[in-house]
Amino acid sequence: MSGRVLVGVKRVIDYAVKIRVKPDNTGVVTDGVKHSMNPFCEIAVEEAVKLKEKKLIKEVVAVSCGPQQSQETIRTALAMGADRGIHVDVSGKDYENLGPLQVSKILAALAKQEDAQLILLGKQAIDDDCNQTGQMTAALLDWPQGTFASEVSLEGDKINLVREIDGGLEHIKINTPAVITADLRLNTPRYATLPNIMKAKKKKIATVKPADLGVDVTSRLEVLKVEEPPQRQAGMKVETVEDLVVKLKEAGRV
Amino acid sequence: QTTRNALSGDKLGNNQSWSPVSVFNVLRSLSAASHGLTDEQKEFQKVAFDFAANEMAPHMAEWDQKEIFPVETMRKAAQLGFGGIYVQPDVGGSGLSRLDTSIIFEALSTGCVSTTAYISIHNMCAWMIDSYGNKEQREKFCPDLCSMEKFASYCLTEPGESACEKTAEFFVGWNCQPTRAVIFEDCAVPVANRLGEEGQGFNIAMKGLNGGRINIASCSLGAAHASVQLARDHLLVRKQFGETLSNNQFLQFKLAEMATKLVASRLLIREAAQALQEDRPDAVAICSMAKLFATDECFNICNQALQMHGGYGYLKDYAVQQFVRDIRVHQILEGTNEVMRMIISRNLLSES
Repeated sequence: MSGRVLVGVKRVIDYAVKIRVKPDNTGVVTDGVKHSMNPFCEIAVEEAVKLKEKKLIKEVVAVSCGPQQSQETIRTALAMGADRGIHVDVSGKDYENLGPLQVSKILAALAKQEDAQLILLGKQAIDDDCNQTGQMTAALLDWPQGTFASEVSLEGDKINLVREIDGGLEHIKINTPAVITADLRLNTPRYATLPNIMKAKKKKIATVKPADLGVDVTSRLEVLKVEEPPQRQAGMKVETVEDLVVKLKEAGRV
Repeated sequence: QTTRNALSGDKLGNNQSWSPVSVFNVLRSLSAASHGLTDEQKEFQKVAFDFAANEMAPHMAEWDQKEIFPVETMRKAAQLGFGGIYVQPDVGGSGLSRLDTSIIFEALSTGCVSTTAYISIHNMCAWMIDSYGNKEQREKFCPDLCSMEKFASYCLTEPGESACEKTAEFFVGWNCQPTRAVIFEDCAVPVANRLGEEGQGFNIAMKGLNGGRINIASCSLGAAHASVQLARDHLLVRKQFGETLSNNQFLQFKLAEMATKLVASRLLIREAAQALQEDRPDAVAICSMAKLFATDECFNICNQALQMHGGYGYLKDYAVQQFVRDIRVHQILEGTNEVMRMIISRNLLSES
């Protein structure tokens, strides 16, 4: 076992920013808008670094797919403790159309190239909320998957996982190599320390193109339109329960 | 390891009627303070903003009200490297520049001015030992100061009355840090604990103040930055005369002036930090200018932001009044703004 973990980190619009739809309805405004690492990816990085600190794995490699600015996101992962980074350079229209299917193909190719033992991802990105990349990557590699993980422990060549599901908590045991996606309560990500930020400058980030990995990033999806959610309508007050029932019937709700 | 949880920010239990975390999370997203910074500096700034929003802002009102000196929070900050930002790494410091330091204090100050101002004074003291101490002194004192295992303070004496001699029990602001008269009676200080040579003390103390002035001005910046954001948000929400205050031209113009003075203050402070870092001949004068200009302007900004809140601005439930109270003293300490004028004019008039 190589003891190597790949962690996928995505550059997204910062969670605190108020999102605005572009006037031409083709997407949201990203120019000049603050971006940061997807919060669930931060949790994934934290988990990987913790595993390394426990000496259960040997190397953490942070991967991001996107334009030049994705390197900032990789640097943040390096400042948190990742050992090196791989920037998969995708820009322009290809980047606008980049989705889980292409990313999972890229991650699968990298996992084979890097002989990864584990892939750690956030459960979903806060911009598209797809919640697909982890699952697709596992399927492409034919690896077991532990999604929505709130607890992870390594036991020899197996992984014990607790998953947060609708019905409660599910305990599973899966073989390695595997794909794990991090849910909110898996851990609390650390702050990068000033010394680690400085050390991160010296860590290496390699750049590759999807074609180098034999991946075609052409999208099979076309975004037709992006709109704001409908404005919330004013409600109305009624005097009695009978009035309420009448109004509900009028609105076709009962 | 110091940790935080960006996602559960708005679930913090809070008795206050304002939500500091949501406001300060918006502050994090403002990129204006990041313009012109290197990628590394943006990372430092990000950590400082995050720490301020998550670890300080939720508590700043309580620390002020109960006069709490937040030891645990400051030790957390020290774990991230904030205890000796411009102290050399060989004795536990972070080895960063004056400009890096200014950026960090500006960001931390948005979380609590009083605590950040203390941290900056602590940093100044640690730096003085780092720069002027001998090998034994540096190794003995700096590591504990950088980790904030031990806390430093800077005492000034003056023949006759001075602010430090008056027993300072009740302050308008700066309630998180205890300022007291320190009386040394028949106290023998071992020569081993003297920094530098005999007679050098005044110079060392004065040198420390240049950086201290940039740091205090940076704290004022953070408060002004937060206050502009608070004022802006209030104007967009508060309605009077049938529309939001943001439609009122007088208030629009006032906000524009506040933002302009904020950026001007920031630029002067960062220029002074560069000058000090490079040990330029104009460093003392420009540090004094930065302190004078920024502390005055930033106080006016915070005060104006309070005014824009109307009656709410005067309620302790709202953060803006704490920023006003906390930075008022920055126009007085580290050399009054009148003394700053003395230093600057002396510099101008003595040029041959």
